[in-house]
Amino acid sequence: MSRLNEANVMLAKEIIGRYPKARSATIPLLHLSQQQNGYITDDAIAHIAELVGATSAEVLGTCTFYEMFKMVPVGKYLVNICGTMSCQLLGADELMHHAEQTLGVKAGGTTSDGLFTLEHAECQAACTEAPNMQVNYRHCHRMTTTNFDKLIDDLRAGRLEGEIPVHGTLARVRQQIPADKAAGVASPDAPVVPAWMPEAAQ
Amino acid sequence: MSTYPWAAGYIDDGDRPKVVTSRFHLEDGYMLERYHATGGYDGLKAVLKKSPTEVHDEVKTATVLGRGGAGFPAGTKWGLMPAGKFPRYLVVNGDESEPGTYKDRLLMERDPHQLVEGCLIAAYAAGLSQVFLYIRGEMPLAHERVANALNEAYAAGYVGKNILGTKFSVDIVLHWGAGAYVVGEETALIESLEGKRGEPRLKPPFFPAAVGLYGQPTIVNNVETLSNLPWLAINGTAAYTAIGTATSPGTRMVAVSGHVNRPGVYEIINGTTTFRDLLYGEEFCQGIRNGNELKAFVPGGGSAPWFTPEQLDLPFEGRLVGAAGSMLGSGAIMVMDHTTDIPKAALTLTHFYAAESCGQCTPCREGGTWLERVLQRVVDGRGTRADLDQMFEIGESICPGNFPHAASSKLGLEAAPFPYKMTTICFVGPSAYAPVHSALTLFRDEFEAKIVERKHIPVSVGVVDDHH
Ligand SMILES: Cc1cc2nc3c(=O)[nH]c(=O)nc-3n(C[C@H](O)[C@H](O)[C@H](O)COP(=O)(O)O)c2cc1C
Ligand code: SF4
Repeated sequence: MSRLNEANVMLAKEIIGRYPKARSATIPLLHLSQQQNGYITDDAIAHIAELVGATSAEVLGTCTFYEMFKMVPVGKYLVNICGTMSCQLLGADELMHHAEQTLGVKAGGTTSDGLFTLEHAECQAACTEAPNMQVNYRHCHRMTTTNFDKLIDDLRAGRLEGEIPVHGTLARVRQQIPADKAAGVASPDAPVVPAWMPEAAQ
Repeated sequence: MSTYPWAAGYIDDGDRPKVVTSRFHLEDGYMLERYHATGGYDGLKAVLKKSPTEVHDEVKTATVLGRGGAGFPAGTKWGLMPAGKFPRYLVVNGDESEPGTYKDRLLMERDPHQLVEGCLIAAYAAGLSQVFLYIRGEMPLAHERVANALNEAYAAGYVGKNILGTKFSVDIVLHWGAGAYVVGEETALIESLEGKRGEPRLKPPFFPAAVGLYGQPTIVNNVETLSNLPWLAINGTAAYTAIGTATSPGTRMVAVSGHVNRPGVYEIINGTTTFRDLLYGEEFCQGIRNGNELKAFVPGGGSAPWFTPEQLDLPFEGRLVGAAGSMLGSGAIMVMDHTTDIPKAALTLTHFYAAESCGQCTPCREGGTWLERVLQRVVDGRGTRADLDQMFEIGESICPGNFPHAASSKLGLEAAPFPYKMTTICFVGPSAYAPVHSALTLFRDEFEAKIVERKHIPVSVGVVDDHH
């Protein structure tokens, strides 16, 4: 249960193939796994460890370092309210208070219908548009209590499914490197002088 | 004046040269077709006609300063790699997460091809065999735009094997983070790219140019830094250095946020634009909101010591700002008007750095959290006078000796210039202290106003534990 499915194993192998060392693909594969299951399971950790040639402990150690990886199920929508300085100066505390009231959960909690998980977040690189929040990491700028309520209504009613995919889906466009166009990995174990450098002529 | 719904925050006002934001007004500026129609990949074509050494020399002569925080010239950095050691890598720092910073995300969302072209120019000039473009995890739109741009660029033969029919071959691999501020630090970025916890490495020996990704020479450059290169390649060094000053040529993207009338992301002239221009200028933020008084501002991201109105006339010039007791950092200016609760504002930042500590160094891990706890109880009205001095003592364990701060004629203070000494591996520890130090040094009266005298608590146990 919760190992990567067949299609994702194919994708995982393609991603691993882009790095000189397989372990570099750990974070991308954890994202892939979270996209598949909504959160990271023990089985997924073990499977990723197999794929990248690391121990489960190493993959778990990496996984727990990063905030985006959830070790328990979260809501369909992760609502992250920024509380860092620019947002705080312009009403982040009030927005969080309102969100807690509206959703009926404290920061860190998940609504009983499993739709929303509310979180405190740090700077979202949108500081001029404060106060900010993200839903499944999609930015929502210049939030007010009114447009917060509208956003939640729209999400509840499924009106934003095209714009905001379920938790775990990161980017919907993936990089593809066509085999006939690839320059190939530059492995430290088989050093090659780049062909265009003057050193290559010597 | 123009703003564009697809580039939230970007303000295009006044008649200044645009080096990196020239396509922000185009809704489809991120597509290859539009990029082509507006001079896209002409820089790469020009570069491929020259030798790598010539191109490297041009970047050196132009003095393209790093835009990620430290302001180190890119051309000089590329020259620090040991001769003859290959492969060398380029790691693009798109982890933008310093409090107040908002520019790299816009560059990736609005003009991803410009960044891709910048990576190619750098790889060609410095002999970098593979590029890893590390984008912060919480930026899915930037991922999608860069992924799409890379797919288009591979199909068109700009990236990959034998680029435009030359001997130049390089892959650009899109990589993504997963939420950890400290990973923006270049050695942590490398650890993270190796699939590990994002814990910074000790320098020396781990200067990336010498010992970086997989132990190989590695250049880490910021998204904005690299985005400058296509314009430079097309327009030349003389045109580049004609903008700005000799020590700070070109432009810079800055984000001004907080209590101003028109917060926004602006591309400004480097070296000459002053903070007064930025906060009060008609082309820029047009003054403090509601006609309020300016109390203080953070000039270079959450890690930077604070300035007050006395420093408004300083230009955007690294050395001058350093001598005045702060840093330009990542081009993030956060403005506080007279209604701001200063201790609370400092707490917000200290909380950030304490929470983002990776935990390797005791002074950062323990000191940051301790600072936050003491400051929290002062903000909550449960602090004592001894707490105020104790915050300096905790800070002293992270940064022994003089900590940089601004001058204040009102307080009879002279500026203490950058840099500082530190007992930690990276700057996260000192950054937790910077806001506390600035706020306490410049606005001690506001902290004292929060101290409620409690006669029954002897000074010797003045540190009231949170549990009581
Ligand atoms: C704690 C910390 C966080 C940092 N975060 C970033 C970041 O998000 N983006 C960035 O470009 N540089 C960041 N830096 C600076 C990088 O270490 C590095 O100097 C920079 O990426 C080099 O690129 P440049 O020379 O083009 O500026 C950070 C530094 C520290 C100490
Ligand atoms: S200063 Fe803090 S964040 Fe930086 S390496 Fe040390 S413990 Fe980690």
